[in-house]
Amino acid sequence: MTVILGQTFTGISIGAVLLLIALGLSLTFGQMNVINMAHGEFIMAGAYTTYVLQKSISDAGMSLLVALPVAFLVSGALGALLEWLLIRRLYLRPLDTLLVTWGVSLMLQQLARDIFGAPNVQTRAPDWLTGNVTLIGGADPLTVANSRLFILGLAVAAVVALASTLRLTPLGRRIRAVVQNRDLAEVSGISTARVDRTAFFVGSGLAGIAGVALTLVGPIGPTMGTNVIIDAFLVIVVGGIGQLKGTVIVAFVLGVLQSVLEYSTTVSVAKVLVLVAIVAFLQWRPQGLYTLRTRSLV
Amino acid sequence: MLEIDDVRVGYHRSTVLHGVSVEVPKDGVAAVLGHNGAGKSTLLRAAVGLLTPTAGRVRLDGEDITRRRPHERVARGMAYVPQGQQAFPHLTTAENLRLVADGRRRGKAAVDEALHLFPALRTLASRRAGLLSGGQRQQLAIARALVTGPRVLLLDEPTEGIQPSVVTEIEETILALAGRGGLSVLLVEQHVGFAMRAAQRYYVLESGRVTSSGTGGREAEASVREALSV
Repeated sequence: MTVILGQTFTGISIGAVLLLIALGLSLTFGQMNVINMAHGEFIMAGAYTTYVLQKSISDAGMSLLVALPVAFLVSGALGALLEWLLIRRLYLRPLDTLLVTWGVSLMLQQLARDIFGAPNVQTRAPDWLTGNVTLIGGADPLTVANSRLFILGLAVAAVVALASTLRLTPLGRRIRAVVQNRDLAEVSGISTARVDRTAFFVGSGLAGIAGVALTLVGPIGPTMGTNVIIDAFLVIVVGGIGQLKGTVIVAFVLGVLQSVLEYSTTVSVAKVLVLVAIVAFLQWRPQGLYTLRTRSLV
Repeated sequence: MLEIDDVRVGYHRSTVLHGVSVEVPKDGVAAVLGHNGAGKSTLLRAAVGLLTPTAGRVRLDGEDITRRRPHERVARGMAYVPQGQQAFPHLTTAENLRLVADGRRRGKAAVDEALHLFPALRTLASRRAGLLSGGQRQQLAIARALVTGPRVLLLDEPTEGIQPSVVTEIEETILALAGRGGLSVLLVEQHVGFAMRAAQRYYVLESGRVTSSGTGGREAEASVREALSV
């Protein structure tokens, strides 16, 4: 029983990381339909922001907490700059967007190598995140790393913040309107260019927060974004493009599936089996887990 | 009020309007009539800024707005109800209206006024617009345009494809809006009787050119029908 619970919680924790990585993409790809291959590099920028801040703030806990808003701003600013320089010219050309942002991704990786060097670097986890929490005591205890719990809390907070922004705020309404019908939004008095840039800022900023979280579970390197970007796209496509609820559910389901399969096979085999499961699922439901019903042709 | 002056516009290399001039009188209604493909919707899209003319000018209260983006024209008092009962399908009825009211002075009051004109929308406030009927969506589209507090309202076939009982309601609302002052209307309409009843000026468009124009009213209806039957 403890083994099952342990693997499930490990899966939830993997799912939380996946969710954090995919959350920003759920806005830029899921809502705005922009295939931004440089999204992974915004995650990397968030991670390196944490590294740089830890060099100037000696208290690891304080530097981590400061890194969350700073990484959001740094990655958000990079995203807004990319949108302003390139993506706004390519909104109706998805394949061009893919190629251009892939090129930007390679340039950002090289920039990171030039600034920080090719080898991976590491940050120090604060003391309050280095221990474990015992969820079930006894002879066969179930323990969970504090850092994993922190990431889970961060993912939940980020989802709640994004969902609330999209559902309850004027900015959220504008973003949803622009996504659904750009021309109609523009003739309703909405500056679609400003909404695009703001949405890209928020989506890329969330990637920065994901980068901060990833420093707690692995090293920081120029290619760390590339390693996770495909998983993020998979989560969104399987969840249903533009469906935040689907993104959340699929992130956790894939995390648990990966964890359970890893226990009975190996990490690589589990990865392959998860991919096979995704392909089979998309054959059955090409539109993903969730879609919205409408009578309108718009 | 709104002057569309010798406008040429098209899609890619194909020109649809060949130097069309239309004037909407202050607090009055101008109707544009014509067969399918005559260029009526293209004229409105050029007026609101969704298409950029290759020649000619669009002026609002004397200001040249030809190069202004659509949202800038809305800020200057222009509103547009496109063809096809368009709404944001995944937003609720209330969200469709609040979206436009956000950040506007008197935004909430404008929503209340719009709902007063179309009381059926009140009971549909929490329903997604994509699940409304065509008539309900058209009422929502007009209400959304009115929330922007326009001085000029562009309506593209507002009664097309809608059940007769709702058509009457929409027509009465448009006539009431035009009659209460402070609002000019540029109406594109296939329904000649309604258009001529509402309009002080009419323009018949054929293959992207104005072939006939004059003073509106029921007495001109026969000559417009004749022009359209050719």
